[in-house]
Parts: sequence; C-alpha cells; structure tokens
Amino acid sequence: MQSAASSRVRTDGPAPALLRAALDAADEAVLLCGTVDDEILLVNAAAARLVPGLTPGGACPLDGLTGALATGADSFTDEYAGRHLAGRRRALDAGHYGWYLRDRTEEVNRAAALQAERARTSFLAEAGRRLSTSLHQGRCLRTTAEMAVAHLADAAVVVLPADRRRNTWLRLAEGGRIEEGTVPESRLADVPGLVEVLGGFPPIPSRWLDAAQAPEWLGLGPIGALLVTPLPGNAAPAGALILARRDRAFTPDDEILARSFAARAGAALSAAGLYREQADTAAILQADLLPPELIQLDGVELVGSYQAAHEAARIGGDFYDVFAPNQPGGDTVLALGDVCGTGPEAAVLTGKVRQTLRALHLVDADPTAMLRVLNQALLQSGRPHRFVTLVVGALRRAEHGRVRLTLATGGHPPPLVLRNDGQVEEVPVSGTLIGAVRETVVHPAEVELAPGELCLLYSDGLTEARGGPTATDQYGEARLRAALSTCQGLPATATVERLRQLVSDWMHGGARDDIAMLAVRAPGRTALSLRDGGAPNESPFALTTRRVRQRS
Amino acid sequence: MTVFTPTPPLRLDDPGLGDHFLRLVGDGDEYGAVKVVTTLHDQGVPTQRIMMDLIGPTQIRVGDLWAANEWTVAREHAATATAERALAAIAARNTVRPTRGRITIACVDGEWHALPVRILAEMLRLDGWRVDFLGPSVPGQHLVTHLHQTGPDAVALSCMIPTRLPRAHAAITACRSAGVPVIAGGRGFGPGGRYAQLLGADAWAAGAEGAVSRLGGAWPPPARDPLVHAFLGNDEYTYVVRHRPDLLTGGMRSLRASYPAMASYDDHQTDATLEDMGHVVDFLAAALYVSEPQIFTDFVDWTLEVLRARGVPPVALHAGLQVIHDQLRDYPTALSYLDTGLSHTSTT
Repeated sequence: MQSAASSRVRTDGPAPALLRAALDAADEAVLLCGTVDDEILLVNAAAARLVPGLTPGGACPLDGLTGALATGADSFTDEYAGRHLAGRRRALDAGHYGWYLRDRTEEVNRAAALQAERARTSFLAEAGRRLSTSLHQGRCLRTTAEMAVAHLADAAVVVLPADRRRNTWLRLAEGGRIEEGTVPESRLADVPGLVEVLGGFPPIPSRWLDAAQAPEWLGLGPIGALLVTPLPGNAAPAGALILARRDRAFTPDDEILARSFAARAGAALSAAGLYREQADTAAILQADLLPPELIQLDGVELVGSYQAAHEAARIGGDFYDVFAPNQPGGDTVLALGDVCGTGPEAAVLTGKVRQTLRALHLVDADPTAMLRVLNQALLQSGRPHRFVTLVVGALRRAEHGRVRLTLATGGHPPPLVLRNDGQVEEVPVSGTLIGAVRETVVHPAEVELAPGELCLLYSDGLTEARGGPTATDQYGEARLRAALSTCQGLPATATVERLRQLVSDWMHGGARDDIAMLAVRAPGRTALSLRDGGAPNESPFALTTRRVRQRS
Repeated sequence: MTVFTPTPPLRLDDPGLGDHFLRLVGDGDEYGAVKVVTTLHDQGVPTQRIMMDLIGPTQIRVGDLWAANEWTVAREHAATATAERALAAIAARNTVRPTRGRITIACVDGEWHALPVRILAEMLRLDGWRVDFLGPSVPGQHLVTHLHQTGPDAVALSCMIPTRLPRAHAAITACRSAGVPVIAGGRGFGPGGRYAQLLGADAWAAGAEGAVSRLGGAWPPPARDPLVHAFLGNDEYTYVVRHRPDLLTGGMRSLRASYPAMASYDDHQTDATLEDMGHVVDFLAAALYVSEPQIFTDFVDWTLEVLRARGVPPVALHAGLQVIHDQLRDYPTALSYLDTGLSHTSTT
C-alpha cells in the first residue's frame, strides 16, 4: 500500500480537527482511507489501541486487510497480537472510504469453547455407547485404545493390574495396528506415574511426568508428552491408560477429559471382568452337564442332538449319554432322559442321574436293573418331586451287520424304529416314572436292526413342540412317524438333522422345551435304497416334501 | 450308467469328475466321496480349490436336482451329509496356524443350509483366522452370549431364504449392539446383497472367496450407531405376522368351499396344504418387512417352476394366493404384492 510516491505525510490533510476529535472519541476503530492508492489517511484512537502498528501513510500490519484490498472485498477478518479482528468497508465520498474494525476475540473464544465442549460431549457419549456394548474384556480394551487414539493422543497403552506378577498390556499408535503383550510387574516402575495409578493413588499431573523417561518396552517411540490416568474399577483400579503425544502438551482440560473417558472405560472393563468370572464359573459347572461327544463305534452309527429351550444357558432337563463297553465285545449302553423341571436345578439332577447310570454300567447292570436302582437312589435322596423319565438301551453288534438293542423305559415315550421298507414301529416297552413310586414296573424289549434300519430315542419336547399353522398345535407322534418314514435310507446324521429342521420349522422359531434325540443305525446299503426312496407328493401344490430352497 | 473311472491324477476342470462326485454324494457313498477329495489334496490341489470348484458347485447341483423333481428330499439330505463328511476330511488336514483375529460364523435362526457356511469357515481358517462355527439355525440369544464370551472381530451371518430376514435383522442389530461388526452372506440378502445394508450389516459378500478378501482388507469397518437400522417393517407386516394362524385357517376354509375334493384330504395332505400356504404368508411378510415386492414375486416364480417339474398346474398356487388375498382387504401394499403374484400365476 505504501509506495515511494505516497510516502508524503498527509496526516491531517483532508481531516479537519473536529472530524479527528469526533473519531477519536468513538469506541469503534476507524481507518480513514483515500481511494487513490488506498492510502491510510487517519487512524482514530480506538484503532491505534487495537492495532498499535497502524499509522497514517504507514505500512499495513494486517494481512487480512491487505488481502481484502487486493481482491476488492468489502470485509475481512484477521488475527493480530492475539486479538481476533473483523473489518467492514464503507464508502464515504468519491475520494474516501473508511474501514470499521471490530474486536471479536471474545465471540471467537466463546464459539471455540462451545465447539470444544460439544466435541467433548459427543466424544464421551460415543465412548459410553461403544464401551457399554461388549461384555468381553478384550473388546473393551481394544475400544478403549481405539477411542483414545482417535480423540485424545497419538498413541495409547492400556495396562491391566498384575496377574501372577505379570501385567497384560494393549497398545495402539495412530495409523498402526493393535498390539498386545505382557510385562513383568517389576518393570512397571520404569513408566513415570504408572505404579502410583495402578496402586490406587491419585494420578500425577502430566506436566510433572518426564516423557523422555518412558521406557522402550512401552513401544511409544520418541514422545513429547505423557499422561497416565487410572481406569477406575470395583474398589480397585481396573487398569491404567497411558496416553502419549508427539509434540502437543496435555492441558488441564485434556487431563479432565481423559479422566472422564477413563471412568467410562474402567466401568466397562470391570463389568467385563465380572462377567468373565461368572462365565468361567458357569462353563466349568456346565462342562459335565453338556451333551457328551459321542464315542465312535465300529459298525454302528450313533448320533445325538440336544437343543435347550434356554439357549443362552444351553443346559436343561433333557440329556443323553453313551457309555463304552467295559470289556471288548461287551454292551454299549445308551441313555436318554428328561428330568422334571428346567434350568440349573434340573441340570444338576441330570448330572446326578448320568453319574449314577455310568456307575451302574461299570458293574454291568442291565437296563432293567439300572432303572430299578436309579429309582431307589432317587427315592432315598430325600428330596421329593424329583422325577425322571428315561430310556436305557444296551447295544451290541450281531452277525451280518445287524445291531441288537435291549431297551427299557421308565415313563418315557417308547423309541421308534425305522425299517427298511419305510415302516415306523414303536418299540413295545413300558415302565413307570423313575423317582416317583417305590415299586417300579419295567417291561423291557429287544429290537434288532438290519443294515440300514434306525432306532430313534427322543424326549417329549419333540412331539410336544407347539407350532404349526395355528401356532398352538403339538407336533405330535403321528407327524413324527410320518417324518421319520421319509428318512429311510438316510445316514443317521442326516435323519437327526432333518427331524430337527422339521420340528424347528413347525415351531416357527419359538422353542419352549428342551429337545433331545439319539439315533442308532446299523450302517446299510444306502446307495440302493436312496435311488427310489422318499415321500410321495400329495399336496395340492405337490410340495409335500419341499423344504423351501431358493433356486441356485 | 456312464462310468467315469477316477484314475489319478484327477483334474478339477474335468467335468467328468464333477459328475462322478455328484453321483457319489447322491448315493451317500461317504468312502468314495472322501477318497476323491483326499486324492485331489494328495496331488497338491489346494483345499480352497477343492471346496470352491468341486464341493460347492456339487451342492448347487444337488439343490437343482431336487427342484427339478429328479431327486427326493431324502436323497438331497443324504447328499448333503456325505458332502459334509468329504469337507470334514480335507478340513482335518488344515495345518494353518491362526495369525489373524477371531471370527464367529453362524446361520441365522431357522436357517439350515450349513454347507456353504462350513466351506466359508474352512476358507477363513486357511486364511489364518481363528473360527468359531456355531452351526445351522443359531438362535440370536445364543449368538450374542457367544460374542460376549469370545469377543470376536467379526460375525459372519448366513441367510439363504428371505423369510428369515426379520430374524437376521434382529441378529445383526444384536451383534452390532454388542460391538461386533457383521458381514452378511447368502442369497437371502437379495440380489447383490441389497437387503444386507438395509438390515444394518457392515459388509456383504457374495460367496466364501468374497468374504475372505473383504475380511482380509480394511476390517473392522468404522463403528456406527447400531440403532440407526434398528426398525423395519410397518403395520401391514405386523398384521400379516400376528394373524398368520387366522390367515391360514381362513384360507383353508375358503379352499375347502371352492374345492370340494379337499374334504377327503387326510391329515398329512391337510398339513402339507397348510404348510404351503404358510410359505405364501411368510414370503409375503418378508417382502413387506423390507418393502421389496421382488421377494414375493421371486418366490411365486420359483414355486411355479417347482410345480411345473412335478406336473402340477399353476392354478393350485393361484388359488392359494387368492384365498390369502381375499382376507387382506385393508392392506394395500400386501394386496399389490399378491396381485403381482396372481398375475404371474394366471399368465404362466
């Protein structure tokens, strides 16, 4: 703006003293300029206070103003000596115009503070939402590190309290991948402030922590600022959050925000820790109650299936078990039963029944004897109303690939046999409920399976499954028999899977009772029977046998 | 029968091998089927190729053979069970150590097509993931409990049939609410997986190979609010689902009135008819749930094809649609879907 030609002093030239006095008296900062060369002719007192470098005819220290002049803009904003300025141009007469300057520092600071507050709030809200989702400790740790690096620091390390003198840590640096590891508890003292925080003492402000002392094992590289924040837990710290920045220091506001975030992370981590303890305990207790891995027998297909009504717990009142022969050539024993009630109490009774049966098998008790002794044992346990219905079978291979079964029941639906001609027969067994009356009546029966034939043991959850078109009909034995007869020639796994599928479709997703199945099959000449087996098509849509399957 | 003698070296691109394998699984010949895949593996054919180029395509042909009424449903089940044994045999040879994260794989509740998902599980294991395969028809609660206990990096959820979409939606929302991103797969999610995004899935893959490369890329996707996609469906959907039993019994009454022959139906035939009408209502409900009439018209077209293979005239389906239509007077969207279906069954 200032050229050699316009360096002449024209301070008071066009402005009468009165005009000058009037402008100096105003609170608003005013620059009076000439249209020729955009020369500054007068700087009022307020303008001189606001921008001390401004002088009439002198160089303009405001880059924003210079820019506005270059582009012909009528307004500009600028920062000068820590103040935020805004200026507007007003034409005055043909030869003059004025710049009216305003100090907007407070306005800008308020807006910035509001924005920062909003960012903090939305960050903490997101942290709350994301951290509250998972009950898994590993996921909570990862989310903590990810959010810390996205919003608070260039790198973050979460260190958990020591477990057997080692501390698990998880680290994430901006743009990197999550790394995990452990460190001996003795090395924690290398990190300034970490031992205090994990020991439950108040955190040390960042400005007292020497970032240069951060040890190499932290893996943070060269850093400029360090902040160690406790993750508050259940009466003891759930861990510590170490934040590192390359060049920016942590302000007190940053520390407060980090602490609010750490409070949420700590709560999530301790909840996950509690959940894991419970889940671990439950898993140990469940291990013996879950359906067993079935033993593999030569020359016999053996397939079990169990669906608990309470899927989350996966344990309930139905069970099956298979006990291997005590000596080569001995009987394999199968059992499938249903104890009264559901939930943990039923599961515990289930475990006792299975254990009793196992012991009875070891002394070579036959199925009838097993039911009798089990009945006595339950009656003598002194706890009333603990009934069980049960099928027990002793299985051995016979000549020509046949399988022979001795079956006995106590108040349980009789097993079904699928013959090679597609007929379904009920095994003629009967017996009284176990654990209810002193005198049990057991009528066992023998079944022989030719190759390809199958015997199905099932619990009444299968036939009493409610659903169908009215949503309240029981699946029923007739439908079960019809379904089983369409399985002729199928391997036992496929038969069990198909029955599960049919009854699941029937229930339309609403399982209310446990369903257990155990199928025994003499492996057969599958290939021949399959080629012309299967159900007839009788529906008006001719889709009797259709399970909905979209065209591939 | 034409005889293909499998003499090593076997070649995956030999169409004769595919036919041979199809015959083996169709005969339930577990020994033969396992022999084919282990021989290929012994020859150095990668497990991925055996699954993608032999076991997977064979399973699709099995479905086609059933639809064309050439195979009974029993044979289809036996074939699937045999193919699973063959898959398990080569899967047992997998020695890749897990180096990536952990993935949970499940079929949505009510979904029983497990073989494609088993193949995906093996493909991911070979790619270095630790995989938990929860099996077919996994109830949502069970799935979420598993997520809290294992904290996986992803859930791969399969849905082959659109009628399971509402349950798939509930599962996806629950997984994402548990902080685990979901990759969806299977034909149930529509052409190009277009319903997957609507239901809130983080990603979709057309097949096992697509899923492997998607999960191997930028994963996890950015976290989003799981509740953004939490609600679908409308009052028409709600009405159809809540009145399913009424629609079916009312429909049966109308059918009996117009087709006196039905009076002599036995229980089995009555059950079968009700089940077929149940499918009409279920597909209608699914179409209403995602506001996508194509779900319903695809079902009608596909059913017509299945009927044709069994020599049944389209009028049977037409009558079934009509009796449902007659009961939904006040529901314009449902009626427009049914009208389209009726036009397909009367012109064919």
